[in-house]
Amino acid sequence: MVISCNLGIVFIYFLQSKPITPTSAPDEGDIFSEEGSYIRSDVHHATNGLHSDEELDLFTGISLHRCTMTRNEWELNCMMENIMHSIFVFKIAWQAETDHLKMLYHIMVKCYLSHQHTSVQSLEATVELTLTNTTSQGRREIIGPTASACNTTHVPNSILKPSIVTKTMEELEEEESGDQFELNIAVTNPEKIGDGMNAYMSYKVSTQTTLPMFLNKTFSVRRRFSDFLGLYEKISAKHSLLGCIIPPPPQKSVVGMTKVKVGKEDSSSAEFVEKRRAALERYLQRVVAHPSLLQDPDVREFLERDELPRAVNTQALSGPGLLKMINRASDAVNKMTIKMNESDNWFESKLQEVENEEQLLRRLHAAVDSLVNHRKELCLNTAVLRKSVAMLGSVEENSALSRALSQLAEVEDKMEQLHQQQAFSDFFILAELLADYVRLLGAVRCCFEQRMKVWQRLQEAQSTLQKKREAEAKLLWANKPEKLQQAKDDINEWESKVSQYERDFERVTCTVRKEVLRFEKEKARDFKQHIVKYLESLLHTQHRLVKCWEAFLPEAKAIA
Amino acid sequence: MTSISEDSDKEKMRSVSVDLNNDASLVIDIPDALCERDKVKFTVHTKTTLSSFQKPEFSVPRQHEDFIWLHDTIVETEEYAGFIIPPAPPKPDFEGPREKMHKLGEGESSMTKEEYAKMKQELEAEYLAVFKKTVQVHEVFLQRLSSHPMFRKDRNFQIFLEYDQDLSVRRKNAKEMFGGFFKNMVKSADEVLISGVKEVDEFFEQEKNFLLDYSIKIKDATAKAEKMTRSHKIADDYNHISGALNNTAADNNTAFKKHLEKCAEVFEKLRKVEDRMASDQELKLTELLRYYTRDIQAAKDLLYRRARALADYENSNKALDKARLKGKDVAQAEENQKQCLQKFDKLSESGKKELTSFKARRVVAFRKNLIEMTELEIKHAKNSVSLLQGSIEILKSN
Repeated sequence: MVISCNLGIVFIYFLQSKPITPTSAPDEGDIFSEEGSYIRSDVHHATNGLHSDEELDLFTGISLHRCTMTRNEWELNCMMENIMHSIFVFKIAWQAETDHLKMLYHIMVKCYLSHQHTSVQSLEATVELTLTNTTSQGRREIIGPTASACNTTHVPNSILKPSIVTKTMEELEEEESGDQFELNIAVTNPEKIGDGMNAYMSYKVSTQTTLPMFLNKTFSVRRRFSDFLGLYEKISAKHSLLGCIIPPPPQKSVVGMTKVKVGKEDSSSAEFVEKRRAALERYLQRVVAHPSLLQDPDVREFLERDELPRAVNTQALSGPGLLKMINRASDAVNKMTIKMNESDNWFESKLQEVENEEQLLRRLHAAVDSLVNHRKELCLNTAVLRKSVAMLGSVEENSALSRALSQLAEVEDKMEQLHQQQAFSDFFILAELLADYVRLLGAVRCCFEQRMKVWQRLQEAQSTLQKKREAEAKLLWANKPEKLQQAKDDINEWESKVSQYERDFERVTCTVRKEVLRFEKEKARDFKQHIVKYLESLLHTQHRLVKCWEAFLPEAKAIA
Repeated sequence: MTSISEDSDKEKMRSVSVDLNNDASLVIDIPDALCERDKVKFTVHTKTTLSSFQKPEFSVPRQHEDFIWLHDTIVETEEYAGFIIPPAPPKPDFEGPREKMHKLGEGESSMTKEEYAKMKQELEAEYLAVFKKTVQVHEVFLQRLSSHPMFRKDRNFQIFLEYDQDLSVRRKNAKEMFGGFFKNMVKSADEVLISGVKEVDEFFEQEKNFLLDYSIKIKDATAKAEKMTRSHKIADDYNHISGALNNTAADNNTAFKKHLEKCAEVFEKLRKVEDRMASDQELKLTELLRYYTRDIQAAKDLLYRRARALADYENSNKALDKARLKGKDVAQAEENQKQCLQKFDKLSESGKKELTSFKARRVVAFRKNLIEMTELEIKHAKNSVSLLQGSIEILKSN
């Protein structure tokens, strides 16, 4: 946190000295960006791209990226959401499971989801599909968008509120345990495009699905790293405010990328590419595992669309990037000064739990990391020993012993390979899992912070309302009727704002709760899966070791 | 501080050389050893039927310096020039455990109780391993002396075995140390010169070439093996992981907790197996290589002495010729020459015998150790396999 504060301060300083003009200049290679686009070269104090875990929060902070969506689109989204909510409520309130109502609802859902699609045909096709099979999939999609809003704005009867909330949550949980996920994503085929400092790696993202909201059953596109970051930005802008836990993308790494760009064909750069590819795959898999994120049109576009516009806002030192950093700094300061009146103890204790767990996982990760390094070292030493034993065998005059020694060298060779494979497993199964979860826990923490921010906004609105009321009272007392109307208008405005924010806060609270529960279930499942997988890899290695030595034994016995 | 006296382990310990206690007339072993700070006190126990000893069975305490003294006196005895003198046991090296103890003491405040106890256990195990090794090496030294027909009769050896009180071996003072150092340097320079001397005997020519080459390779192999077994610290990491998992589990309150605890248990057990794997590899392979590096050096020393004798003989020939030319001191020169020839012949004869038996000994020792190491490694790997299989089943069923 301190690091980010410092950075924030530096950039504030920078801002004061020179205005930032995020203009596009001719492309120049620069090691501070992934893509090699132009950034201001007079910034010499900057991140070297190697972000610590804390700085990763860069991508989850409040961003001004609402502006990426046009005002109209945003309104349209809200409007559609509202319509759907009212239909849903209508359905519940009247206990009417009538077909035409269902049909209407499905059509609305399809419209909402596919309003980004330009082709009318696809719209008709999807509508047809929904009409003909109202399977659990369709139901799933209904639950999806409404999950992001437990409350509605149009319910006159407050008695209905609790039932909607509980029903939605139950349904959601039921949905997740029952439904098998019919969407498989793989990230493969890293290819280097271009040369020199402008080069980048392009990855093939293949999707295989039976979900009807996609155009095809299997399809693939090529994406580059900045596209993934851009996706994260977009999702984060829309969903983090609602209190969702957004999976963080893999970290930027200037050192790793530079090596790849420069064209060093050694094992470390190959390892880096593999590490990144696996991380991107896990990232996407986590995104689509989240029910409301899957419904997001940006996600679908990312998976389906052939050509994505370049996401230039993801560079560390672009204009928006700097603004982000400043926001982060101010957030950090805010965090320290906000003291929330927690009515629900659950949140406080949960946050504490999350923070503790993050610490513990970090330590565990460090231990696994050192295991990986030691195994690699052992691997190297075994290789060296093998050569030495082979030489000894060649000098040995007793022929049987000589043969045995060269066989021993072979055993050492196989052991070296085993060690290397095991180190590989150690890393990709265990270490990366732990690193991912440390970052995910950071995202969970951000989620809680979002809720706090919403609460803070509510508090501010309430105090403003209070002030307006006091102003009105004063005016009444001072008997100035012209200004009174203005004051009354103000009060009305702020009253509605306060009630809006109250609802927002309720909604966010509800979402955060749900998200945390879902996250914990997923985490337990993930860990269990990976631990078993890791132990199986260890088992495999030990099996091979037994075979190695058993093959050597007769040779050793044959010495005479 | 620590003492050992396990009979079953003794058999396993005698690994670098073939069982040397075949001859019941003189049986030596080291059943016990005490470690006080820096010094290790070995209890040398002898059982004998030879009349040259006062009692049929007796024990004496000896220190490492006493062994060194014995070795040096034997090396300096002219009579034994034709024999391969068993290499002196290396000084007990408790550096590794001592370092660890240091680290343990320093890090005590930062570790949890369980971690501390575990590290302490580890430390004790390492200490024990070093201890066992050094006892074994000293024992083998004595056993080789006792099984050799000439050395067992050596008066100094008998004193070493019998003498009740402290041998109060004077440690070499600075001058003697320096003298010894200087002698070594002269010797190596000599070796270079002498390796150029033309060898008459085919056998020795072959041996010389072989031994020179072999000694380089085995020294290299020993160094690499040491490096590898030292870096086999996987057990340490498993320990830390297990500890961290336990910590994480302690904090957790869900069904997840049981998984973490089980996983921590698995790592803990794996640690023990990995530890044994690494230490067995060390004991069998690395120790074997280390021992034979020293032994090869002893064989080379023999060759050196013989070559020295040959050079002396040739010099005496030259001197005789010169004397004959000059016409004086001829008898003396003749006498000298005869002696040199005698010495050289004796050395050649015994040298041949020694080197042949050395060859056989080496092959047998390698065979024994390699077989033992392989069997142990298979056993440990199979242990790991069953351990992992069991744990995977439990975790999957949960």
